[in-house]
Amino acid sequence: MPLMKPKIETGIIGYGSYIPQYRLPAHEVARVWKEGQAGLPITEKAVPGPDEDTMTIGLEAARNALARAGIDPQEIGAVWVGSESHPYAVKPTSTIIAEAIGATPHTEAADWQFACKAGTETIQAAIGFVGSGMAHYALGIGADTAQGRPGDALEYTAAAGGAAYIIAPAEESLAIFEASYSYVTDTPDFWRRPNTHYPSHGQRFTGEPAYFHHVLAAGQELMSQLGYQARDFQYVVLHQPNKKFPERAAAMLGFEKEQWQTGLLAPAVGNTYAGASLLGLTAVLDIAKAGDRILCISFGSGAGSDAFSIRVTEKISAKQGLAPLTQNYINRRVEIDYATYARYRGKLQMH
Amino acid sequence: MRDVSIIGIGQTPVGEHWDRSLRHLAYDALAAAMKDANIEWADALYVGNMLSGEISGQAHLGPLIADFAGLRGIEAVKVEAACASAAAALRQAYIGVASGLQDIVIALGVEKMTDDVGSQLTAGLASAADADYEVIHGITFVALNALIMQRYMYQYQLKREDFAGFAINAHANGAGNPNAMFQQPIRKEDFIRSHMVADPIGLLDASPMADGAAAVILCPTEQARDFTENAIRIKASAVATDSLSVHDRRDPLWLQAAEDSARKAYRQAGVGPQDIDFFELHDAFTVMSALSLEASGFAERGKGTWLARDGEICLEGRIPITTRGGLKARGHPVGATGLYQVVEAVQQLRGEAGPNQVANARLGMTQNIGGSGATIITHIFERLDL
Repeated sequence: MPLMKPKIETGIIGYGSYIPQYRLPAHEVARVWKEGQAGLPITEKAVPGPDEDTMTIGLEAARNALARAGIDPQEIGAVWVGSESHPYAVKPTSTIIAEAIGATPHTEAADWQFACKAGTETIQAAIGFVGSGMAHYALGIGADTAQGRPGDALEYTAAAGGAAYIIAPAEESLAIFEASYSYVTDTPDFWRRPNTHYPSHGQRFTGEPAYFHHVLAAGQELMSQLGYQARDFQYVVLHQPNKKFPERAAAMLGFEKEQWQTGLLAPAVGNTYAGASLLGLTAVLDIAKAGDRILCISFGSGAGSDAFSIRVTEKISAKQGLAPLTQNYINRRVEIDYATYARYRGKLQMH
Repeated sequence: MRDVSIIGIGQTPVGEHWDRSLRHLAYDALAAAMKDANIEWADALYVGNMLSGEISGQAHLGPLIADFAGLRGIEAVKVEAACASAAAALRQAYIGVASGLQDIVIALGVEKMTDDVGSQLTAGLASAADADYEVIHGITFVALNALIMQRYMYQYQLKREDFAGFAINAHANGAGNPNAMFQQPIRKEDFIRSHMVADPIGLLDASPMADGAAAVILCPTEQARDFTENAIRIKASAVATDSLSVHDRRDPLWLQAAEDSARKAYRQAGVGPQDIDFFELHDAFTVMSALSLEASGFAERGKGTWLARDGEICLEGRIPITTRGGLKARGHPVGATGLYQVVEAVQQLRGEAGPNQVANARLGMTQNIGGSGATIITHIFERLDL
């Protein structure tokens, strides 16, 4: 299957991120559930405040992307939001954001779902939309306020955050898409039925047959068809449900620590689900230089991966400072305890 | 009663075979064993398995596997004795041939644990204990063994690190076994730092859950030469049982069924522990290794861990154990483990154990434990110079 390249070359004209300020340390989860005796998969995770949700997170990120893009929002032809925690099952998150940023009414809008890869879905689609000439600009957002089942292993890491990207013709872009690729199979490693609040997962089945199989397959195919080795990239950003998986997968693809370090945010903010790999990518773009090449591979349970080869242009240096850096959001932290987290996340039944 | 020998062996690698089903795993091992024995048909099949009903929703493995393997119509039945199921299948196969009722018999152990995860698997494993008097109190199988280890450490003034040698030896040997689940050595620091699973059992005290299948082909010794130059004689086959629950044992720190079955086996073979060249014991947990060594006559009561401490259990030691990784490093697909032990013993006696070869191995012993010691099956094998 050939790589995905549109007729018109496309890239990123603006990017932005948002991470809520509250942090729940992993040792707090261990304190409550395991008498403090547990291996901690990350240091702490970002928790949304009582007035935050996927829409507010996506909107902040979109505003930051717009600030960097410097375009008239009316020229955006599509607003797409990928998440597994859309505020409504029916009523799009995307139209709320589209209206709030001034992109309505002459625009496409839709919500996307593919577990943690819903965000990069919107990017793949935006590349196609802009690359076919159907729109001049398209906004793709990945954001989540993931819910962790109390006492479950995933409670340590299920976090909140998001990133937004405005896709444009390559000549206007601060970073260009060289090619992209998608790889999917029917693999039920993690799922949630409509009437259940918390997802279920297959424990160890989520590892090798799910995350690793799809990330490696997508990455290897993209790299091999482009004729690239790991050393041809300055940075690699992978989906990051924890610290161990992306480190191991990066090593298996031939990457060194200096290449994956910048884009690995999970230890500090947790797994932001549909925002995860896109958020990691913003952290890389915040410090990248013209000519840098970045490999970005997402993973969504169910399962599949989107892989992107991205080349940074000289336009980037003028854009980085036009909105808060992702590291600024990471540094802006207010530590909370398990009780406050339970209250903020609506886990306390009041009746 | 006829003399019985093993004329063929087969095994799958032990691991998480997410994409292999029970019948496929079984077929892989069975076909390999039949090829090794140069046979195309058998009189009977005994399938050892513990969890197929609860985990895979599949009981009735005898005809399922016989048919799938192209042996539709033969006598075939599933045999269950918790984690001793595979050795129990071998025992039935042995009786079939020794009695003269069957000639070519397949004993197969298969387990597919990755068809479920988490609490369902834990509950399935707990069914090896007494449901009405042990499990009802919330005991899991690991917790039950943790209570035994706790008492053992208290009684004999031991520290956790006194058990490290069992895990280190198992992993060192697993490194030389291409079919082992874990092929990396571990260090004492890894053992000491490992997380508690159920205090005092740490991650590196406990054997891993896994999928796998192993099979052997039996025939009367007098016919063995028709099939292979490499026959291995079953010199002893002995089963003993004990109370299912730990609290009903005369002494919770003594594997009475190991003593009984080992004694019967030594008598059948006309040998003693000093004659055994290697011992594939049931190291589901490090404390079980210590208890098995004591009850089988290799160590004084309470001193099982001394053998690990003093290096007597390694390949060059006085009594090599877990020579191909044991349950700890080769892995523990519960209902199949007993036949992995036998396949490995046969490899040793044939001189096919590669880097794990015990020098001049002539007499090997295997011991498979069901539950916390309620079924213990001991076999002794001898190289047959035809």
